[in-house]
Amino acid sequence: MLKLPIYLDNNATTPMDPRVLEAMLPYFTEQFGNAASRNHPFGWQAEEAVDYAREQIAQLINCDPKEIIFTSGATESDNLAIKGVYEMYAQKGNHIITATTEHKAVLDTCKHLEKQGARVTYLQVDEKGLINLEELEAAMTPQTILVAIMYGNNEIGVLQDIRAISAIAKKHGALFFSDASQAVGKVPVDVVADGIDLMAFTGHKMYGPKGIGALYVRRKNPRVKVTAQMDGGGHERGMRSGTLNVPGIVGLGKACELCRVEMEADTARLSAMRDRLEKELLTLEESYVNGSREHRLPHVSNISFKYVEGEGLMMGVKDLAVSSGSACTSASLEPSYVLKALGLSDDLAHSSLRFGLSRFTTDEQIDYAINHVKEAVTKLREMSPLWEMFKEGIDLNSIEWAEH
Amino acid sequence: MAYSDKVIDHYSNPRNVGTLDKSKKNVGTGLVGAPECGDVMRLQIEVDEATNVITDAKFKTFGCGSAIASSSLATEWLKGKSVDEALAIDNMEIVEELALPPVKIHCSVLAEDAIKAAINDYRVKNGLPELEAAKSHH
Repeated sequence: MLKLPIYLDNNATTPMDPRVLEAMLPYFTEQFGNAASRNHPFGWQAEEAVDYAREQIAQLINCDPKEIIFTSGATESDNLAIKGVYEMYAQKGNHIITATTEHKAVLDTCKHLEKQGARVTYLQVDEKGLINLEELEAAMTPQTILVAIMYGNNEIGVLQDIRAISAIAKKHGALFFSDASQAVGKVPVDVVADGIDLMAFTGHKMYGPKGIGALYVRRKNPRVKVTAQMDGGGHERGMRSGTLNVPGIVGLGKACELCRVEMEADTARLSAMRDRLEKELLTLEESYVNGSREHRLPHVSNISFKYVEGEGLMMGVKDLAVSSGSACTSASLEPSYVLKALGLSDDLAHSSLRFGLSRFTTDEQIDYAINHVKEAVTKLREMSPLWEMFKEGIDLNSIEWAEH
Repeated sequence: MAYSDKVIDHYSNPRNVGTLDKSKKNVGTGLVGAPECGDVMRLQIEVDEATNVITDAKFKTFGCGSAIASSSLATEWLKGKSVDEALAIDNMEIVEELALPPVKIHCSVLAEDAIKAAINDYRVKNGLPELEAAKSHH
């Protein structure tokens, strides 16, 4: 029997893999030591567990275990990377380049720094969600200290051309930071081959626990340092103070190991399911996939259904836990800034749904989702005056709408 | 957002969805809202010219559940009312009936605007003077 609602919001967070939970459990009650306690076995056990997790993580992203700085999650890692680089490299310059489709944790951190004197360039993206490499190169100046471009987008799943971007940053002597929260564990991320200097990621997007994340900070070629954003005991090579979250770290390590071992099989299964979902939903007239379909995470699909309104659609697909492109909390709807950046009109941005699959998604769930969405869209269109006008061949732009 | 049972009922079983023949002289059509605002309502009334009573009402709405429910409820209320009685329908009655939260009051305002627009269309078609500009809520 299918359990409802079906969870297809795995870009928001994933359920934890039971194998991760199992690995974590002893570190709450039995091996509860402080990894910084050097004088007794409780501390040694905790430190050993942390070191092992560092290796599991390092193996997944191809770095040295010493290059992992544990944080509370990707938001903290984003803040630490951007603010930390801005302060550490203040003598070199004050210019940061990022993109309009970044996560708020990156955009708002940049805005915060602008108030403190930073100059920030926000690159536009094309209709597929990709930045233009020539624009990036043209934006580079001798004062550019950091290029911050995400690996895979959280709303549309688009993967940027990370290797080309890092090469441009390197050529101009700037550091390259990537928020890879959606990508690590889902696609092969290799900080060496990808030329990444700093990288944020988090446990709860990859079947690990919430409240634990990491910042990869390159140690050589070049040796990167960030200014700590919290004062304290000088943990994590002085870059992030605070007693280590040992159970969380063990969980993140285990999650990374599972992703490394199972990525290939997961990717094959998830992309096949995603493609089936997409193909079926695109049989509905006037439905469109948002963002690049070629350069994309394997488990994400963002689709707009024209002539149905987003919140009404969300209500119609109540058996699915999905995310909508509009946050309607008041009379003034707020369409997704990411979809708007792709050039979507407000009405198309409003009427989008994001489907995010996980390791635990089943074919049966996808079958149900396909039928459920088709029924909801069809029902709402039968109720929609815009759909009727479209069917009669009336150009909606020719109508003088009463703004309200 | 949590919806009231009445909103869910109207959303799941909308009353009077459909289209009346707008070329008929005794049919009034109101189209209000805008696609980019996320709400468009079309409300139509058919009037018995002898008695001035609304004999049929239909709607189609592009919008959230509260917008759909507001227009569905409006059509229920319109049927059997005289045109003058229909003009007296106030958006706050819809708010109360559907238990709309403050952020959804604009849905009821839109429904009231749609009723007035439909009546106005009917009046103009029948050589009656236009209503005074519907009181502005905006």
